[in-house]
Amino acid sequence: MIWLTWRQFRTQATVAFGAVVVILAALAATGPHLAHLQQTRGDRFLDGIGGLETNLYLGTVLALLVLPALIGMFWGAPLVTRELDAGTHRLAWTMTTRTRWLVAKLGLIGLAAMAASGLLGLAVTWWAGPIDKAIAARNGAPGPGFLLFPRLAPEVFDSRGIVPIGYAAFFFVLGVTIGILVRRTLPAMAILGVLFVAIQITMSMAVRPHLTAPERITTTISSHNMLNINMFDHVTVTIDEPGAWLAAQQTVDAAGRPAAVPSWFVDCVGRSEQERQACFAKLAHLGYRQQVTYHPAGSFWSIQRNETALYLGLTLLLAGFGAWWIRRLSR
Amino acid sequence: MTAVLQARHLGKRYRRRWALSECTLDVPAGRVVGLVGPNGAGKTTLLSLAGGLLTPTAGTIEVCGGRPGADRAQLARVGFVAQNTPTYARLTVADHLKLGARLSPRWDAGLARQRIQRLGLRSDQQAGSLSGGQRAQLALTVALAKRPELLILDEPVAALDPLARREFLEDLRDATAEQELSVVHSSHLVSDIERVCDHLIVLVASRVRLAGDVRELLATHRVVTAPRLDPAALPAGLHVVSADHTDRRTTMLVRSDSGVDDPAWMTSPVSLEDLTLAYMSQSVPVSEALR
Repeated sequence: MIWLTWRQFRTQATVAFGAVVVILAALAATGPHLAHLQQTRGDRFLDGIGGLETNLYLGTVLALLVLPALIGMFWGAPLVTRELDAGTHRLAWTMTTRTRWLVAKLGLIGLAAMAASGLLGLAVTWWAGPIDKAIAARNGAPGPGFLLFPRLAPEVFDSRGIVPIGYAAFFFVLGVTIGILVRRTLPAMAILGVLFVAIQITMSMAVRPHLTAPERITTTISSHNMLNINMFDHVTVTIDEPGAWLAAQQTVDAAGRPAAVPSWFVDCVGRSEQERQACFAKLAHLGYRQQVTYHPAGSFWSIQRNETALYLGLTLLLAGFGAWWIRRLSR
Repeated sequence: MTAVLQARHLGKRYRRRWALSECTLDVPAGRVVGLVGPNGAGKTTLLSLAGGLLTPTAGTIEVCGGRPGADRAQLARVGFVAQNTPTYARLTVADHLKLGARLSPRWDAGLARQRIQRLGLRSDQQAGSLSGGQRAQLALTVALAKRPELLILDEPVAALDPLARREFLEDLRDATAEQELSVVHSSHLVSDIERVCDHLIVLVASRVRLAGDVRELLATHRVVTAPRLDPAALPAGLHVVSADHTDRRTTMLVRSDSGVDDPAWMTSPVSLEDLTLAYMSQSVPVSEALR
């Protein structure tokens, strides 16, 4: 059964791993130079990053962001539906049990997807290490150009570390399971695409902040740490925690209740430096503080580990469900 | 008579539609059985149930003494050539044989190779580039080389042109003569069945209308042409299967175990096709009398 799976899958596998090798080669060729620049340029490192490196940085972030969706849509969803369309399941399922058939397919192709994603994820983590470090050192202030986010930020987190392995496994099996349920290739691919976006957003917004216990800090709002005030008079500050992911923040008044900053403070921000300082002092004197919930940079790997474990656990549950459902399939 | 396939009150429902219901039949072992019936009679459903591709909604089915598709041993006992003879388009002929060898515990590599050679298939040819007839031959080869106890063929020639159809059926007849195995072969064309089968089962709306040895059926049935007469006035031992009256004459298909000897009657043998059609178009099942 493994042989049949491999025989059907080898062309796709060759193309996919060929692409991975090309990307790895590009990273290997430019990585050492990047590390060298970081050591020699110091603080001016991020400003001096060239077009090629910026493109690689953005390209790898985007590639790893959408890779699980591609795996689910093009390897997962058609896995069963293609056989149902061609009728070949009648050939296979009268020669081997459906469970063995499905386990071989999920096992081999799932491992290939995990290996490809894992290789890419770790290589990118190594390659972008100097950039990530330099961004973290800016202490919450966004870097130049597109080099904005620390690696704990949702925009970058998905393309670092080991989570790509969990995503690849989960969305591959999700694609297969949707295929088993809806039995048609294109609807299955479309459903997977929608679910992918919904799940990844839910994960980064609602689940990830709880994967490790966050730290809390209450700080005065000063001209040094305030980043901006939005249209709802909500203040955003940075904290002195290089590379931290600020999951949530809230202004509180002297009594500790959540509050917006007073309107006079909002007006005051555009004024001269001297007046601004007085405003900040007055705000602090009235007892306004900023409560920040954050994950320090040191939590990166434990969040990575927990999220990967979560996805792999869901993958196993989903695979069990798929194996149970395919036995009930009347085709 | 030992049965290689035994169904009792077998039924299969898709949502609210019954594709097969209350089907009770025995397929004798060691025979090449033709399963004929109009479209929608439930042939494909019955054979899919026998191959383990479907699970019954009601009743029971036993194939080679086991539950269809229960485990690998059971799967090895049954060779299955599905409708439209599916093969993997991207896999070569050799790949299909390798697949069979890896999945079948009793795989007969010599037989498979021999058949491929005799059929003139190139082993590096992709199945997708084969003609319909060749693809059917390849599917049959994979099923035969499994060395099954029962070979199930679900309308294997339905999509083939007349020439490919004849070649396939001749090859099937030779192959089944060489191997000791039971065969169930479904078709809605009696002429297909006539070439290869020695036992006939007529299935209409899930019910067995007629079942029996082909030669015996042909021997006990006669077309009788006589002056117009009332079928009720027939001598005992004669059963009218169908009757067609004109003003002066009556043409009947009758079944008799002893022979028809009224000198006023003209009798002639019946073709299997006419016999089958007569039973298919009947509204009342008569199979009980034939058991």
